[in-house]
Amino acid sequence: MYEGVVQDLIDELGRLPGVGPKSAQRIAFHLLQSDPVDVRRLVAALVEVTEKVRFCELCGNVSAEDQCRICRDPRRDAAVLCVVEEPKDVVAIEKTREFRGRYHVLGGAISPIEGIGPDDLRVKELVTRLASGEVTEIILATDPNLEGEATATYLARLLKPMGLKVTRLASGLPVGGDLEYADELTLGRAFEGRRLLDV
Amino acid sequence: MSLYRDEGVVLRTQKLGEADRIISVLTRHHGRVRAVAKGVRRTRSRFGARLEPFMLVDLQLYEGRSLDTVTQAETIAPYGSGIVSDYARYTSGTAMLETAERLTETEREPAVQQFLLLAGALRTLAAGEHVPRLVLDSYVLRALSVAGWAPSFTDCARCGAPGPHRAVAVAAGGVVCPQCRPPGSAAPHPATIALLAALLTGDWETADASEGPRRREASGLTAAYLQWHLERQVRSLRLVER
Ligand SMILES: [Zn+2]
Repeated sequence: MYEGVVQDLIDELGRLPGVGPKSAQRIAFHLLQSDPVDVRRLVAALVEVTEKVRFCELCGNVSAEDQCRICRDPRRDAAVLCVVEEPKDVVAIEKTREFRGRYHVLGGAISPIEGIGPDDLRVKELVTRLASGEVTEIILATDPNLEGEATATYLARLLKPMGLKVTRLASGLPVGGDLEYADELTLGRAFEGRRLLDV
Repeated sequence: MSLYRDEGVVLRTQKLGEADRIISVLTRHHGRVRAVAKGVRRTRSRFGARLEPFMLVDLQLYEGRSLDTVTQAETIAPYGSGIVSDYARYTSGTAMLETAERLTETEREPAVQQFLLLAGALRTLAAGEHVPRLVLDSYVLRALSVAGWAPSFTDCARCGAPGPHRAVAVAAGGVVCPQCRPPGSAAPHPATIALLAALLTGDWETADASEGPRRREASGLTAAYLQWHLERQVRSLRLVER
């Protein structure tokens, strides 16, 4: 234990995701030894983010304005909607430059054991968005883990009767890995999602 | 500190640090254990989807002071894929995992009957043999019986007077005769009591032939009975699809 303010800083840092007590201590001492100008810049960024960043009223992504950059961009295809769990998933998909449609951020995945059901996610907002009929295809890009799969199952059942084309992001073998190390579920999915090679 | 090997059902996973998870597993011989699965959240993890809830796995663990560490995992039965593909199965299955966790609160206390019951119920659920809600209710009644709280749906739960009886008193442990009947007892449809008895004994012919309203009534009583014996609420019950 350290004295007063130093310990307070360590405690605060330790509440961040992925930061254990040791890491919190390391970051705290790094900050103490840093140039005060750098630290003030960090503080300013933290303050700015809490004051200025909001969530896009359409897709739920983080945004500096009422509507995010992607929702405001007229070049994005309004007919295709990609449903993801978190804003960080939008960033990951944007990096691929493969997708030209728009997004819908759920704010998590269905997890009954944690008490999180469909009503705790932005599912109602999704259904409302679909009412205009502009969207014709939905890509379910929830995480390829159990809760992500369950969320996709739930959404597919909800959306298919609305006459939409519903697809699920293919899950398969990690590029760069060896086949023999893949678990049965991953290998099974890779078989289901196999594609024709046009040569 | 030593290595041991056991098979078990993964009940729950919880994120730890950057890429690890703590898994709660109900094993055949060692009861419920909590173990760290290192690097499991990385896409290239050698554990892959093997350590997700519902999976029946063959594990090798390294015994630690408070938490064990998973060193190897092989799939015995991937029940998860058959369960997650259907939302009603998923919500019923999750309630089963949470119930199993609650009934084995003390870690490392052998609970072979609970393990066998859960593994069997998950197999049935994944295969889609019966309505998910019936599989859940049957599992709950039998798991409570194994835990020492067997309900009675034939003879009076208080005095043992031979049934059938019409009234159900959750606190008394099932049906009660007119003499033992406490005020405020439920009076469900006789077919509901027959359904509860069938679910408890595993008489699927009767259970599968039951009607919707009887199933809803039986579910309500089963849930009430479960909550009566567990101190805290079983969270996932609220989200089970009827
Ligand atoms: Zn937006």
